[in-house]
Amino acid sequence: MERFLLKNIESPGSADIDEYLRVGGYASLKKAFGMEPADIIAEVKAAGLRGRGGAGFPTGMKWDFASRDPKFPKYLICNADEGEPGTFKDRPILEKNPHLLIEGMVISAYALKSERGYIYLRGEYPYAKAVLEKAIAEAYGKGFLGPDITGSGFGFDLSVHQGAGAYICGEETALIDSIEGRRGQPRIKPPFPVNVGAWGMPTVVNNVETLANIPLIVSMGAEKYSAIGNPECPGPKLFSVSCCVERPGVYELPMGITLREIIYEHAGGIRGGRELKAVIPGGISTPVLTPEGLDCPMDFVNLPKRGSMLGSGAVMVFDDTVCLVKVCWRAMRFFEHESCGKCTPCREGTGWMRNILERIENGFGRDGDIELLQDIALSITGKTFCPLGDGAAGVVLGFIRNFSEEFRYHIANKECMVNEGA
Amino acid sequence: MDIVDEIRALSGKYPDRRGALLPALYVVQKEAGWLSQEALDTVSRALNLPQATVKGVATFYSMYKHRPMGRHLIQLCTNVACMIMGAERLVDLLKEKYGLEPGGTTGDGRFSLVVMECIGACDRAPAMLVDTDFHAGLTADNIFRILEEYE
Repeated sequence: MERFLLKNIESPGSADIDEYLRVGGYASLKKAFGMEPADIIAEVKAAGLRGRGGAGFPTGMKWDFASRDPKFPKYLICNADEGEPGTFKDRPILEKNPHLLIEGMVISAYALKSERGYIYLRGEYPYAKAVLEKAIAEAYGKGFLGPDITGSGFGFDLSVHQGAGAYICGEETALIDSIEGRRGQPRIKPPFPVNVGAWGMPTVVNNVETLANIPLIVSMGAEKYSAIGNPECPGPKLFSVSCCVERPGVYELPMGITLREIIYEHAGGIRGGRELKAVIPGGISTPVLTPEGLDCPMDFVNLPKRGSMLGSGAVMVFDDTVCLVKVCWRAMRFFEHESCGKCTPCREGTGWMRNILERIENGFGRDGDIELLQDIALSITGKTFCPLGDGAAGVVLGFIRNFSEEFRYHIANKECMVNEGA
Repeated sequence: MDIVDEIRALSGKYPDRRGALLPALYVVQKEAGWLSQEALDTVSRALNLPQATVKGVATFYSMYKHRPMGRHLIQLCTNVACMIMGAERLVDLLKEKYGLEPGGTTGDGRFSLVVMECIGACDRAPAMLVDTDFHAGLTADNIFRILEEYE
């Protein structure tokens, strides 16, 4: 497939504005300025773009809600807090194609009548910060940011806001808290950020990849764009493929491609020709699949039918040398560490589940531990402000649903079913 | 520029001064590598925010440090992809070679070690940040060659 989001990234100067202009960059912005803001929103709606951060919410609808709110100023925030374990898909855009993101943000801001934007960048990406700040300075220099952009009469200011190592700030209301200089703790919804967001004003928070799709939709038009991938959630999708494959990396492929194609045709299959044991399709917060799920189309519609989710499109592949009890324990250690502490079921439940998984992993599992894990998980589900708790619970339930034999073996035999490093 | 002026200049990017709190904490942390009470007080004064507000925020985020760090900060990822690709062995090796435990600092003040959640380099796992430099594809051999460069 032709690459749009990762176009030209092998070129050494791909992050420079001159190189970006050379390959047609900022042409979509020019086209967008010839359109009415409402027409751009209609185009994004018609294109069927769904948010690439994980939730898959229709982007055009989000924009529509924000633009209908009479309050000004409106804020546009790019969520570059890529923290979901297994995910590194936004990184090539941030580091190698930053002007695509900036162009996408200026078009979006024009559509939303927003004059101020922020890129909320995770603290763990210092190199991306340097690249983005240089790109933003270049864009100001060429008049693609600032007052009266390219003589359009529209002005937009943009800066990078660096996060400081809190996964929870990827959740949009926690992210807004963090930009406002607070502890990043999710807010109850409604009201939604599109009405009451940053500093109480209408705010659109979109993922890096979502915003990078905007110039494409404007240049191609909705009809041609929505012919890419699955008609129910179209467009190109970035997949981060990691763990036990021959060629881990970021792959730009049409939405709805199967896991089998991603793993075997693009990522080179299982490392060392070993056997596939399990796959996490969308980052650590999405329930694990067995090899029977390999033919499932990777999109927001089909994965839920299989009991999982597309999430951020982070495909984590485990071969037969990997102990899934250990993976589950490590995932839970992550959730415990990253729970913001606001909601009791998540704050207490993640630690409790980590403790039980740790004793099973270390050979001290007890009869009834599996049922206890399930009980705790079900006591978290649906009882927290944000999806972190649901994610943690879903992960445990998914591993137990699909690999209960391995957990039972661990408890009964006080050891692993697999010989790691075999 | 005086540090207080630098912090106040940052608040121009936000509709109110509190927005500059996270970047301000980075500014003062850059001075000594960690946030002393004095550093927190500077932020509190510069942004005219209560000390409790500043401390509450500073202690929420794991990249702000509340005790002195070594000259170089090793942030080694141990999340699932890095774990599968051998990060735990690297943690053991750092202990063997430098007596360095997660959360600790070497006796000579050269390195501090923090084990991280995912740093977004799963395709070249295991990976670490040393200060702001990124290193991936780590092995038992190359990790020490890399670290030798940091005095």
